[in-house]
Amino acid sequence: MYLGRVIGTVVATRRVSGLESASFKVVQPVDHQQKPSGPVEVAVDRVSASPGTLVMLEGSREAALACDPWFVPVDAAIVGLVDEVDT
Amino acid sequence: MNLCRVLGTVVATEKLPVFDGRKILVVQPLDEKQQPLGKSFLAIDHSSCAGKGDLVLVMNEGSGVRQVLQDKTAPIRSLIVGVVDAVDVPKTA
Repeated sequence: MYLGRVIGTVVATRRVSGLESASFKVVQPVDHQQKPSGPVEVAVDRVSASPGTLVMLEGSREAALACDPWFVPVDAAIVGLVDEVDT
Repeated sequence: MNLCRVLGTVVATEKLPVFDGRKILVVQPLDEKQQPLGKSFLAIDHSSCAGKGDLVLVMNEGSGVRQVLQDKTAPIRSLIVGVVDAVDVPKTA
């Protein structure tokens, strides 16, 4: 898992089956100091995050497991809204 | 598995139910000299006793994690499976 900041939303009318109800967000991955780390990506949002929110994401195969149905072509999913990072 | 240093904790109230009751920590991967190597990431603490500053063993393979957690659909890839007491890497010539 990793941290990210939601910076926008994606609208896609046509999708593959299984992703009809998914919400897509544009996310900037950040490090523990909340500085940008790596390229911006699109993630399925499972917790209704709004733009500007610090979130935790799951990547790779495990991202799809966070979705319902879970056998879907997804490689990043927002799985929690972060209140605080204490480092 | 990787050696990592625990940098701190993450507090998230709103999250998927599978994360309820699980401790989420920020960890920094280390090399054999315990110097930072690559990007920090989040890991779930399965040892239940890791804290800030600890050297830990992190499993980074989802299938193994799901086996440990006995949950075939847990969306978790990084799991802290041990707190390290010592690492001995003798210098090579």
